[in-house]
Amino acid sequence: MADVTHDAAGPLSAAEVDDVELYHPKSWITKYVFSQDAKVIAIQYSIVALAIGLVALVLSWLMRLQLGFPGTFSFIDPDRYYQFITMHGMIMVIYLLTALFLGGFGNYLIPLMLGARDMVFPYVNMLSFWIYFLAVLVLVAGFFLPGGPTGAGWTLYPPQAILANTPGQQWGILVMLVSLILFIIGFTMGGLNYVVTVLQGRARGMTLMRMPLTIWGIFTATVMALLAFPALFVGAVMMLLDKLVGTSFFMPAIIAMGERLAHKGGSPILFQHLFWFFGHPEVYIVALPAFGIVSDLISTHARKNIFGYRMMVWALVAIGALSFVVWAHHMYVSGMHPAFGFFFATTTLIIAIPTAIKVYNWVLTLWRGDIHLTVPMLFALGFIVTFVNGGLTGLFLGNVVVDVPLSDTMFVVAHFHMVMGVAPILVIFGAIYHWYPKVTGRMLGDVLGKLHFWVTFLGAYLIFFPMHYIGLMGVPRRYHEISGMAFVPPSAATLNEFITIVALIVGAAQLAFLFNLVWSVRHGRPAGGNPWRATTLEWQTPQTPPAHGNWGKDLPVVYRWAYDYSVPGAAEDFLPQNQPPTPQPA
Amino acid sequence: MGVAIVLALVVIGSVVFHFLSPWWWTPIASNWGYIDDTIIITFWITGVVFAAVVLFMAYCVLRFRHREGNRAAYEPENKRLEWWLAVGTGVGVAAMLAPGLVVWHQFVTVPKDATIVEVVAQQWQWAYRLPGADGRIGASDVAHITPENPLGIDPKDPHGQDDVVIQGDNLHLPLGKPVKMLLRAVDVLHNFYVPEFRAKMDMIPGSVTYYWFTPTRAGTFDVLCAELCGTGHTFMRGNVVVEPEGNYQAWLQQQKTFAQLQAPASTQAKN
Ligand code: HEM
Ligand SMILES: [Cu+2]
Ligand SMILES: [Cu+2]
Repeated sequence: MADVTHDAAGPLSAAEVDDVELYHPKSWITKYVFSQDAKVIAIQYSIVALAIGLVALVLSWLMRLQLGFPGTFSFIDPDRYYQFITMHGMIMVIYLLTALFLGGFGNYLIPLMLGARDMVFPYVNMLSFWIYFLAVLVLVAGFFLPGGPTGAGWTLYPPQAILANTPGQQWGILVMLVSLILFIIGFTMGGLNYVVTVLQGRARGMTLMRMPLTIWGIFTATVMALLAFPALFVGAVMMLLDKLVGTSFFMPAIIAMGERLAHKGGSPILFQHLFWFFGHPEVYIVALPAFGIVSDLISTHARKNIFGYRMMVWALVAIGALSFVVWAHHMYVSGMHPAFGFFFATTTLIIAIPTAIKVYNWVLTLWRGDIHLTVPMLFALGFIVTFVNGGLTGLFLGNVVVDVPLSDTMFVVAHFHMVMGVAPILVIFGAIYHWYPKVTGRMLGDVLGKLHFWVTFLGAYLIFFPMHYIGLMGVPRRYHEISGMAFVPPSAATLNEFITIVALIVGAAQLAFLFNLVWSVRHGRPAGGNPWRATTLEWQTPQTPPAHGNWGKDLPVVYRWAYDYSVPGAAEDFLPQNQPPTPQPA
Repeated sequence: MGVAIVLALVVIGSVVFHFLSPWWWTPIASNWGYIDDTIIITFWITGVVFAAVVLFMAYCVLRFRHREGNRAAYEPENKRLEWWLAVGTGVGVAAMLAPGLVVWHQFVTVPKDATIVEVVAQQWQWAYRLPGADGRIGASDVAHITPENPLGIDPKDPHGQDDVVIQGDNLHLPLGKPVKMLLRAVDVLHNFYVPEFRAKMDMIPGSVTYYWFTPTRAGTFDVLCAELCGTGHTFMRGNVVVEPEGNYQAWLQQQKTFAQLQAPASTQAKN
């Protein structure tokens, strides 16, 4: 361990950017709008992501109202329902979670935690945000175009996605594909930036094995995203061609509603492979930053070093690598060759091992800790519960033959909400409560924070835990209502009502959170530079909020790993990473 | 204290719900009881892990919660423990995967004596085709589809003439005989799903997919579409009737063959 924890300054970092080299904004516009400061870009990303996330939340209420009280809200007809699930799913996964973790937390934390002045390419970083913003506008345009947004499901499976009988086939599908293409372009600019900054921009002494796990998580996820998004990109381009130019990449010979279409020879399943080659890593693109962040939250608020740091790093990398060879577990019942089932079930269940190691190390970090039940810590605990729950149901769906009855049912909906909806969102909340003091200089309200936590955590569990059993019964997903199935007892309707009511309550709690966010900017308790007494560099900046360039005249020098909490013999229960070793008494 | 209790209640509540709630799978009506068994094994293993992890957390929160003057232990790694946990997890995973793969092998290995039933899906209805006396079904292609030949059976293939075509009606299956479902779609993706049979598979325009099973319980079961296929997806329903051989044969006699449907005038004259 000694090499990881205590050696003196390591090799010089390659790119030590002098303060003078940064482009300093000269006007309000370049400071707050077209800013090249990663911290401002991070806030821009976060605000746009949360705003569009709010749209997805409202859509989830509408879907739940239909499922809980079928027939009561007649404007939610099947077409609208499908448009809602599609936009809800896509927004949540891509435009909220991916953008917030990488564009938001990535931008804010990578330079600060690594002791850099900014991202390596600030101008490209700015472009990345504005292209993301454009992608969001194009996406939202779908709501206002004739025919409305696409209702093809967030998986956009052809042939259905581009044919009549699927809502939004005039314009909705086009703007969805264009928006995705824009998102990927914007992300690629940002992503290359994050990777180069992590590799080249670290402060003196910040070796890779001294980086906080937050950075490891974001870094690994970004590398994965750079490799995975191109598959979606080409899929989207090919589908656009099929739709606009009449190519047949994904379109076999088809008779739709008695009409013979001009396509022939294409393969619908090819799209599914492209989609899930992106889609499965995408799950981990959202999960790995959450893993990293939650490790740091737990360690800081339990005042204890993260247990098994090196194993945690290797587990992240292993999960990242393995997640590129499991994609077809989403396609067990797609009609692909059945022999693939053996391979993909095996790889999928192997991923469970590094994932489980991460869980063990989180809870072992709590063991013999000094646990402060702060709001970020509560969210971290909530994350572990929901992530373990959702991860374990993944073992059902990954085990090919068990997936056969469960696939495409509400069991799947419950599973992925637990594991990649609720769990990462809880981390996002925890992270916002944790870093808000650095961003604004003020604490978020504690009482509202605890209320927000309990309602969200328990509510989400009550929504999604029972939902598994509706799926186990056999109710398919993407069903507008569950009437007319002989095997569904009437009591299921009552359960659906209950779930809907809880979902509305959980939604309302998010409004309390938004209020807290806005109110505390002015009225929160002043935080000081390091309210959580944390070791990582972002808490050691000369100013809070950090100024442009982050560090004033001198860049920090790093002497230790990120987890020197409660070191025996030290006066304080934390040693910042840039604190030089004290000469040992002989 | 409060946090630890809530965490424990989450575990207890989940277990109680699992055993006491009225929502559970439908009684099985096929040979795929093995799948149910694998699900049960998985429930036990994952349930134990879930309870253990969350209860351990609850205990930690209770025992190591911050009190004045407390200090955390300093223990960066514990190689032995980490390896034990990794190996233990590996064993648990193997215990679920092994039976799973064995059953998957059975699931994709169709018995030689399985009779063929073709299901043809289109927005938003099911049609079926059974082989005639020759035991084979004729070739088909969307190119042959016309209003009179909605399944696109090749009129030149002699094997197709005696095929039994069922449209706008329920499918019947004989009890206890293995069937191979050949799945076809003419427009978009669909999925032929009967919860009681525990089997489903997507249907893809341009390809033929399949699964097999043996109906083991007589009754009438819901057929659902389990792959989003546009506006009418929710309402793409049907029924399948499983009945003893005698009743099945009686039903089969009343069905029309492809040849009869192609020349309705001449068949009516014969009757
Ligand atoms: C309280 C919060 C939420 C509620 C009540 C909710 C509710 C729903 C509902 C009712 C559906 C449609 C189920 C169906 O008929 O198939 C759905 C689908 C979906 N949700 Fe959520 N959701 C929530 C949060 C999230 C989050 C945070 C994510 C982020 C990953 C997410 C991702 C998705 C996805 C990917 C789909 C699938 C869409 C599709 O089938 O194409 N949801 N959600
Ligand atoms: Cu996956
Ligand atoms: Cu369907």
